[in-house]
Amino acid sequence: MANLDSEFLGIRSPNPFWLASAPPTDKAYNVNRAFEAGWGGAVWKTLGEDPPIVNVSGPRYSAIHSNDRRVIGFNNIELITDRPLQTNLDEIRQIKRDWPDRALVVSVMYPMNEQVWAKYVPMIEDTGADAIELNFGCPHGMSERGMGSAVGQVPEYIQMATEWAKAAATVPVVVKLTPNVANILPPAKAAKDGGADAVSLINTINSIMRVDYETLTMYPSTDGMGTHGGYCGEAVKPIALNMVAEIARTPETSHLPISGIGGITNWRDAVDFLALGASNVQVCTAAMVYGFKIIDDLTDGLSNFLDSKGMNSVSDLVGRAVPSVTDWQYLNLNYVEKALIDQELCIECGRCHIVCEDTSHQAITHTVNGQRRFEVIDEKCVGCNLCVSVCPIDGCITMRRLGDGFDPRTGQPISDEKADWTTHPNNPMRKSR
Amino acid sequence: MTDIRPNRLSRDEIARNFSDLHPPLSHSEAIVEADRCYFCFDAPCTTACPTGIDIPGFIQKIRSGNLRGSAHTILSENIMGGMCARVCPTEVLCEEACVRNTHEEKPVEIGLLQRYATDPVLNDHTQLFSRQAASGFRVAVVGGGPAGLSCAHRLAMLGSAVTLFDRDEKLGGLNEYGIAAYKTVDNFAQREVDYILSIGGIEVRTGVTLGKDISISRLRDEFDAVFVGVGLAAVNVLGIEGEDLPGVENAVEYIADLRQATDKGELPVGRRVVVIGGGMTAIDVAVQSKRLGAERVDIVYRRTSDQMGASDFEKNLAQSNGVTIHTLARPLKILGPGHASGVLFERTAAGEDGSISDTGETFTLDADVVFKAIGQQLRDGVLEDGSIRMQNGKIVVDEGQSTSLAGVWAGGDCVVGGDDLTVTAVQHGKVAAIAIDHYLRTREEGYG
Repeated sequence: MANLDSEFLGIRSPNPFWLASAPPTDKAYNVNRAFEAGWGGAVWKTLGEDPPIVNVSGPRYSAIHSNDRRVIGFNNIELITDRPLQTNLDEIRQIKRDWPDRALVVSVMYPMNEQVWAKYVPMIEDTGADAIELNFGCPHGMSERGMGSAVGQVPEYIQMATEWAKAAATVPVVVKLTPNVANILPPAKAAKDGGADAVSLINTINSIMRVDYETLTMYPSTDGMGTHGGYCGEAVKPIALNMVAEIARTPETSHLPISGIGGITNWRDAVDFLALGASNVQVCTAAMVYGFKIIDDLTDGLSNFLDSKGMNSVSDLVGRAVPSVTDWQYLNLNYVEKALIDQELCIECGRCHIVCEDTSHQAITHTVNGQRRFEVIDEKCVGCNLCVSVCPIDGCITMRRLGDGFDPRTGQPISDEKADWTTHPNNPMRKSR
Repeated sequence: MTDIRPNRLSRDEIARNFSDLHPPLSHSEAIVEADRCYFCFDAPCTTACPTGIDIPGFIQKIRSGNLRGSAHTILSENIMGGMCARVCPTEVLCEEACVRNTHEEKPVEIGLLQRYATDPVLNDHTQLFSRQAASGFRVAVVGGGPAGLSCAHRLAMLGSAVTLFDRDEKLGGLNEYGIAAYKTVDNFAQREVDYILSIGGIEVRTGVTLGKDISISRLRDEFDAVFVGVGLAAVNVLGIEGEDLPGVENAVEYIADLRQATDKGELPVGRRVVVIGGGMTAIDVAVQSKRLGAERVDIVYRRTSDQMGASDFEKNLAQSNGVTIHTLARPLKILGPGHASGVLFERTAAGEDGSISDTGETFTLDADVVFKAIGQQLRDGVLEDGSIRMQNGKIVVDEGQSTSLAGVWAGGDCVVGGDDLTVTAVQHGKVAAIAIDHYLRTREEGYG
């Protein structure tokens, strides 16, 4: 069995799965249950100034469901902890004593005022917590007060607040980034420049879930009014993966450790994050949808996967896919693939045909010799993968590389030589080869 | 001793035995099942549906919560989509064609979804259709079964004034008098008739028999067009000794009595029942006899199981109800004396060409009641002899359901190509209505 022991900024945990700072980590009761279930660590729900903020007593959550009510996307308008600071500090201290082998990080959020950071950060550290995570991400509520994503969207603020935190802290400082930015790199660089030991991402995405079809008001609402919340869950994973990979593959930020967050529901999702550069992962929505028991599959599945790859530890996996991420301009334009439909597996639903016919390249038949039959027309197939994406039968349509000869669509010979946009004759900015 | 009596089972048992065979889907069940539809291109299920309902289209609308639109998609092709959802042999039509069968052998439950989409419209009397401006044409529709009702409804939509004749007191034809009670509970057939008539423009005249009270030639004189959908109201005879004994009954009549009975328990049922035949009627009478409390029910069919008109689902239904199906045996004689007491059969052998031959080996099944379920034919005297081209006792029609007699269209079980299915009859009626409307309009314009 592969060893799942994890080390992140020197903080050890029995596995790389931490609960993210969120409702599941608001109280000792919940965190105890999580650790009993086997979670490797927890980031305590964000603490703010004292006296605490208040939350609404109406709906805080809503979801996008599949027809069988599986939660695909999730939204919340809950603010940071609404419990007294001392209560939280006492519980954090107790939990760290009771669970010395688990990672316990405390998330904090303060206004852009150095004195406030200087006042509170030592109180956090005094609990024995392993690290502090700076919440520069929450997009709702707190951002209206100049905190959360209001900080995370301004690199100068990120750097400034990170410096204040670092000045007051002796434990590692992790900066949690907001995805509500045009480009994740400036915030990541700012965190690094401010002295952050690591970044965690993503926080939630600005979102309104839907309207109420009866009242035609936004849903959910509090007494008839609603406000945008933060979107998370499985639906946001691709957005998070891109941002993680951007940081991991950019030289200026590539050495910054990353704690990956965003829609991790099963071990495969964790593999995605780890391979694209995260050193560990944080989970919230999946736990809120299914309970803490999902840790069994997360750890077991990851361990079995590492075994199947001949890897001994999580660190063997970290960053493995990063070198495969590049800019579009460097993709090999001489590489040619064609779709191939396995007629043995094909159930003749015709979805591949109609999407190709209506929206793409008219490259799939619906009738061959008078019979209902779906075949790829190589003379028209551009290898776009749309048919693979919509086919309901896994493995029925695959992409195969044309290794030699010529591309029947273009009539051009297949070349072993790589050639990308940077040197393409149609590129007005091309470099000479 | 002959043992035929009512109330073999308690009122509760009867109620349970004649409750809905396929209870409707709940909302959650429906949207989960709808999710299984792949929304196929040129969907095989639609091709397999005799009325050509856009099945992926109506299922998509269930999925999105557009139930009114879903019902419209169904009913615009098949105004009896509600009944067909209950009685269609979907396992040999749409559901057999479902691509889900390829890998998982479990098609989308199209029938149940169709019921889910159409029930609210009939329950709430939501009118989804309107009539075009009156065309001024008057059309006689003879027969208020699925073919006639479908034809009348479509003609009314197209602006004709329709007069609908039926010999029975209630409209619906076999939907009302001929389908097993557990397939259409809660007076559904009449509720559907009411829904169909609610479009307006259809004058109903019941208790009027073609060939007796009215004739094709008179209707041709009085109306611009005539549609004949009179079904096959006469029962075939076995032509064997003992057929006239008391205790030998026509299955269709017993099924009708059962449907019309206010208290099903009061219908006399034999302790031992033998059913001769292999179609849906045989299954319906056998299963219902069993559910009324018959101890032993045997179906005997002279050909092979594969040649039975009843679908696999129906055969399984019979067997799971404790009915025994014997194949390759033909009746020689119904035994007496004075009252049917059994049937003497001879075993047959099947040839490779599907023909059967006698083996000389015989056996007897005891019976208190013997049901004949060997098919129906056109009643004598319905059509004036020689006026309309016939083939094997059925009316010959073209692809527009037009008969050989100008101005007369026909559909349903009484035509060649009728196959004893509600859904086929509905399609005939719809196609005929469109053809009639087209014919009358082009004739009016001088192109006819």
